[in-house]
Amino acid sequence: MMEKKVNAIDVRNVTKIYTSGNTQTKALKSANLTIYDNEFFTLLGPSGCGKTTLLRLIAGFEDITEGSINLFNQEIVNLPPNKRPVNTVFQQYSLFPHLNVYENVAFGLRRLKKDASLVESRTFEVLELVQMKEYANRKPNQLSGGQQQRVALARALAPEPKVLLLDEPLSALDLKLRQAMRFELKTLQRETGITFVFVTHDQEEALTMSDRIAVINEGEIQQIGEPEQIYESPSNKFVANFIGEANLLSGVCKTPGENGVCELDTGHELNLFVPPHIKQNDKVTIFIRPERIKIEKSSKDKSQLSISEFTYLGNAATIQLKSNNQLINVNLPIEDLKVFKKDDYVDIHFPKESAQVID
Amino acid sequence: MQTKNKKTKFRYVWNFPGFGGWTAIFFGFLYIPIFILVCYSFNSSKFAMIWTGFSFRWYAKLFSNDDIQTATINSFIVAFAAAPLATIIATFSALALVRGGEFRFREFSSGLITLPLMVPEIVTAVATLIFFASLGINLGLINVIIAHTVFCIPFAFMPIKAALEAMDPNLELAARDLYSDKTSTFKTITLPLLTPGILSGFMLAFVISIDDFIITLMVAGGGATTLPVYIYSMVKMGVSPEVNAVSSLMLAFSIFIVTLYWFFNRKIKN
Repeated sequence: MMEKKVNAIDVRNVTKIYTSGNTQTKALKSANLTIYDNEFFTLLGPSGCGKTTLLRLIAGFEDITEGSINLFNQEIVNLPPNKRPVNTVFQQYSLFPHLNVYENVAFGLRRLKKDASLVESRTFEVLELVQMKEYANRKPNQLSGGQQQRVALARALAPEPKVLLLDEPLSALDLKLRQAMRFELKTLQRETGITFVFVTHDQEEALTMSDRIAVINEGEIQQIGEPEQIYESPSNKFVANFIGEANLLSGVCKTPGENGVCELDTGHELNLFVPPHIKQNDKVTIFIRPERIKIEKSSKDKSQLSISEFTYLGNAATIQLKSNNQLINVNLPIEDLKVFKKDDYVDIHFPKESAQVID
Repeated sequence: MQTKNKKTKFRYVWNFPGFGGWTAIFFGFLYIPIFILVCYSFNSSKFAMIWTGFSFRWYAKLFSNDDIQTATINSFIVAFAAAPLATIIATFSALALVRGGEFRFREFSSGLITLPLMVPEIVTAVATLIFFASLGINLGLINVIIAHTVFCIPFAFMPIKAALEAMDPNLELAARDLYSDKTSTFKTITLPLLTPGILSGFMLAFVISIDDFIITLMVAGGGATTLPVYIYSMVKMGVSPEVNAVSSLMLAFSIFIVTLYWFFNRKIKN
């Protein structure tokens, strides 16, 4: 990790406005990000957040409203899609229905005017890579969804693009296949060494496959970071809620500063880092993951927290604690399943570093 | 159970009393006259409505009738000129309107192209006649070809537009993404995928042109008589078995073309 990182894609102040009639929609608002060479980079966000727009801008399918996009330090905004050394895997695969698998995969190489022998060897090479060699003569409509997916992948990989763009490629597959393909995609990326830019709304997909993730909402990039970073220290409430489960507890800051103290509305006092812009007696929101909270038995006179919901999951349980107006979600490990039951009074504690003041 | 039966009684249209009978009457009314016409074309009697025996006599007579042959050739010349021209214009219109992005009057133009389908044909016919007369264009068969090209455009346009709208626009983007420029994308992706639609548009235009009577009657001068116009002039002198024979041949030809049309139409949907 000490080697110098090469910038594959630089997105600088990119804004995209869709105009239809008199209404304008801002799909992207001055987005900035850098994707490094050889990286599995994921654009994650809810539908309509602008992640697909950004991908289409990189591919050249949309005209940019403002800003610039560089590919290996070369400006590509003014190039048509066929002049950009990037290839796309489409959500619905979009295989050419009148061409067989071989011709689909060879399409890009033929357009690049490669030698006939090279076209053939490279086409079979990528078909081998996605284990579709024996289907070379089939038409796309004779293939299952998973097979079409592989062909779409092979077609995009065949011309050896500098960057591969993937637009929710797994969303049309069923669950089992999707989980298997996650693994395969990740392996494929490592083996080929091609930079992958992967668009998804599925946080699990993003966390399991990515080297880094950019979380996008309403056309703005919320946070960029490695999966652990995004999960453990989300930069705002949106990221905290969108990725995994989160408790956002309200409280008041008692002592500001690096070794600050906040008091939750439940009466618990916490020692934690308080960001400099928060002053004494300011209202704060504290973020903590349900699996970080430990509970122990207490009694009615000592604690206001009681178990209001108890959901058995087989290998664990999720419980909801209630106090005044706050609900706190806690994941209960398997060894505690028998210890607690509904309406028990409990006390909570958690490691200092797992709680965080959040905007 | 009683209430359930009441509810489900009229769920399907064929559960209505008399549905089968009415349907039979309806189809009978549509097709029995045509069926009888075809039967009587094989009648050996020279009176159209008296059956005396089976013969190909009137078909043989048709093929020795120079006027009918000239009219048939005229009809084919017109259809083979007008249908391709209409199809080409319709293809470009559909491409501009469906794939041309947002531009002013797009919806309006699309409506304007199909509007002639709703205009009474006699209005179009008179208007076309006045148009040619006032400009002094009198080129015989060419007048007919021009008129047919114009009114065949909406018929060719509709299946082509439908085929284009059914085509995933991402296919063209995928081709562009794979280093294909606009021209070769059109040649390798758009056109091959649009071919069934274009062919079915062509078939429809062709049948409409072959069958047209009103506009042709107005526009066609001497020597530019097409088959339907000639048949009409024959009928004016009395329905002869010859008319039955020539009508039957036209019917057979139209059915053949329409069959092709459906065949290509089905291909679009797959």
